[in-house]
Amino acid sequence: MRTQQQTIDEILDLASAQFKVPREALLPDDDFFKKLGIDSLQALSLLTRLEQHFNVELPDYELQGVSDFRTLAERIQTRL
Amino acid sequence: MNSFSGKAVSWELANGVIELALHRDPCNEIGTLFLGELEQFVSDLPSLEESAHALIIHSKLSCGFSAGGDLRELYEGIRTTEQKAALAGIRDFHQRIHHVMNTLDASPLTTIASVHGICFGGGLELALTCDLIIADKTSRFCFPELRLGIIPGFGGIPRIKRDLGNAVVRDLLLTGRSFNVTKAQQIGLVSQVVGEGEALRAARGTAAQLAKFDRRTAATAKKFIKPIPYDELRQEIEIVCELYARPTVQAALKKFVESTDAQPYLP
Repeated sequence: MRTQQQTIDEILDLASAQFKVPREALLPDDDFFKKLGIDSLQALSLLTRLEQHFNVELPDYELQGVSDFRTLAERIQTRL
Repeated sequence: MNSFSGKAVSWELANGVIELALHRDPCNEIGTLFLGELEQFVSDLPSLEESAHALIIHSKLSCGFSAGGDLRELYEGIRTTEQKAALAGIRDFHQRIHHVMNTLDASPLTTIASVHGICFGGGLELALTCDLIIADKTSRFCFPELRLGIIPGFGGIPRIKRDLGNAVVRDLLLTGRSFNVTKAQQIGLVSQVVGEGEALRAARGTAAQLAKFDRRTAATAKKFIKPIPYDELRQEIEIVCELYARPTVQAALKKFVESTDAQPYLP
């Protein structure tokens, strides 16, 4: 079982790779829309990659209002 | 004509395979221009079918297959037109798009949707006209219409009911949630899942395989196993037009179009 910190780190690694943002520039409490410069459709592509990586299904309505990596990790953690 | 290059779609017939490419920025939103070119395609389709065994529909845009109906155009039409005329326009649009979708659905060719990225609403309804959906790992599917106070109006519900169990259909429709390609394959929507960027190559490979079979037999098999639910499709147009007459739709469209929220696609 992953710890929440491990989940956060893996999310940051994936987001960094997908949107070509330096890994060191991303912090757990960052607003990922702003920090990654993405819109809602791109956020869904990140969700797709996260679901595949963590092998979970995360209904997107559970992400309503979620905009920081830490909360995103918490939501994923509940599905692991 | 064996090829066409439009502003929203293009097509080409080569080696017995018609490739219909979607390429209307930002994400193949289906509005009047898009519909007009699709109508031209289905008008040309009978002559193309004489020299073809397969049709592949794919997108050239990185965002994905299609984000569905052009909500901004729809909102402008409702906002700037007297209600009776706007509703007549909506009915006309839906009757025309149903003609396109029904023609694609009934084509004697074996049809393949090559999907990547976003495949939402009307885009999913277009894919559902196809006999096979081949999707890459970036694909994401959704019927988001309920958040606008409407239901899918391009034939989506009758077609997805034809293909999938009703419980799954209710989940997709009533929650408006999107789902990835793994789920799409589990529920039987997608028949082949391929790596990122490989859907068109896989679709072409499948089309090449289809060339080995007798066309008339393949068309007969398709007609036998894939009936077109015309009665439900007609009902759908009536229901959609009734829903559009309600003020909640305009309010929901306004909210979507004018939203500065980063998450308008999240239900």
